[in-house]
Amino acid sequence: MLNISDIMQTVNMIDHQHLDIRTITLGISLYDCADPDINRCAGKIYDKICRKAANLVNVGCEIEREYGIPIVNKRISVTPIALVAASCENGEYSIIGRSLDKAAKTCGVDFIGGYSALVHKGFTDADRKLIASIPETLSATDIVCSSVNVATTKAGINMDAVALMGKVIKKTAELTASNDGLGCAKLVIFANAVEDNPFMAGAFHGPGEPECAVNVGVSGPGVVWRALQDVKGESFDVVAETVKRTAFRITRMGQVVAHAASERLGVPFGIVDLSLAPTPAQGDSVARILEAMGLETCGTHGTTAALALLNDAVKKGGVMASGHVGGLSGAFIPVSEDEGMISAVKSGVLSLEKLEAMTCVCSVGLDMIAVPGSTSADTISAIIADEAAIGVINNKTTAVRIIPAPNKNVGDNVEFGGLLGNAPVMKVNSVGSSEFIARGGRIPAPIHSLRN
Amino acid sequence: MKAVMTVTASDRVGIIAGVCSLLADMGVNILDLNQTVMQGIFTMTLLVDTSTSSHSFDDIRSALIQRSEKENLNIHIQRADIFDAMHRI
Repeated sequence: MLNISDIMQTVNMIDHQHLDIRTITLGISLYDCADPDINRCAGKIYDKICRKAANLVNVGCEIEREYGIPIVNKRISVTPIALVAASCENGEYSIIGRSLDKAAKTCGVDFIGGYSALVHKGFTDADRKLIASIPETLSATDIVCSSVNVATTKAGINMDAVALMGKVIKKTAELTASNDGLGCAKLVIFANAVEDNPFMAGAFHGPGEPECAVNVGVSGPGVVWRALQDVKGESFDVVAETVKRTAFRITRMGQVVAHAASERLGVPFGIVDLSLAPTPAQGDSVARILEAMGLETCGTHGTTAALALLNDAVKKGGVMASGHVGGLSGAFIPVSEDEGMISAVKSGVLSLEKLEAMTCVCSVGLDMIAVPGSTSADTISAIIADEAAIGVINNKTTAVRIIPAPNKNVGDNVEFGGLLGNAPVMKVNSVGSSEFIARGGRIPAPIHSLRN
Repeated sequence: MKAVMTVTASDRVGIIAGVCSLLADMGVNILDLNQTVMQGIFTMTLLVDTSTSSHSFDDIRSALIQRSEKENLNIHIQRADIFDAMHRI
């Protein structure tokens, strides 16, 4: 029989420390839905998603009951739509966006991701058409998520795409102004996007993925925070070891759930994404973990070092617990989705500049950040360019999910609700970058991309 | 299916009897049982086999939840593999 304290430890993690599976995400390839007629293409996409994901929610709920572990979201990711819609000779791509929304609602999932384009080296005609349709699609749908990859370490940064995405974000905010620019919370601009990410809004089923795959994203900041309460005042060696041990347990749980889901759905297991994903709930915050290491408030000096340790220890602990680790894997630092981050911004300690520094060592990037509605498209593009540069040079994924909240100013609050939380509007450097963004072209790939 | 059950409550007479007779009524076999009182809190863990029961796992779980609400107990039942995975390499 298992040790009674081990058993109670697991039960307490679930009951009191918000340990959960954040998402089971079913990746579905849509290549075979290509059709010259856009309405037929949209119909095939609807049918295929409904067929492949028919049991996803039921299986998720069944696993939740049997294992006693909350599975917060069930999601679907699909082939980047620009690759599928390239076959369509006419019609607006938002028709496909609506079809994705309808299919996801029929299946009962929480989100569907993949209204995406991969343009790190340049645009196809379909990429341009898809990007132009993002604002309308995000305003006309409820649970469709969109992403655009504008840079990779191998290809450099597509600055034409960076310039364009600033405008697309502004337009999306404008069309969803009645919801404080909520559409932008469903749009991510990536550098080095990964093909098997189960987390939204950036999930898509990459071109190298199989017909279908089950990817699982774990959570658990509350568990790590609790573990650190027992090692107060100890050295960083002990802190790192404690985080590793905790990450191992969390990831093992993800692995068990991923295997069960894969078996019951009859779909191959893809990866476990061992990210620490916070929620706006008390006791489920990454910022509070950093503070538990001895920082008065997240955002003060030392925060980047603390996050670097956390991100690395999570990976080291998690990697042995799963057969295949992938996705974004690390620590997320969204602002609106993390109670401690929200509080740190409100207290004036955590600034956009510090967040940018933190993205050098976290698993993704500038995430769920609300800025004044008056922020120009060029400034947003320049923020994207900085983030892409960090990703490209450091050979890591970075992303920008920023909300220029219409008619809001610094100090106002934007409420998105649910897992998306609420965001205090942050100050942005208002000195212009327009001439820089207007240059266009590509920033060449760094020298260390030449590894052959 | 092998499952781990945990029962916690304020300590009082008859908790084990109540839970175990419910399991017996449903045909669930108890493979192992540990019980202690930690700081006044009754804590029991059981390893059970549900395959001996004619009831489904969901039915057993519902009956336990119903009982826990009625008698002010905190009961969890979860597949045993999750504990093996989390606490054994």
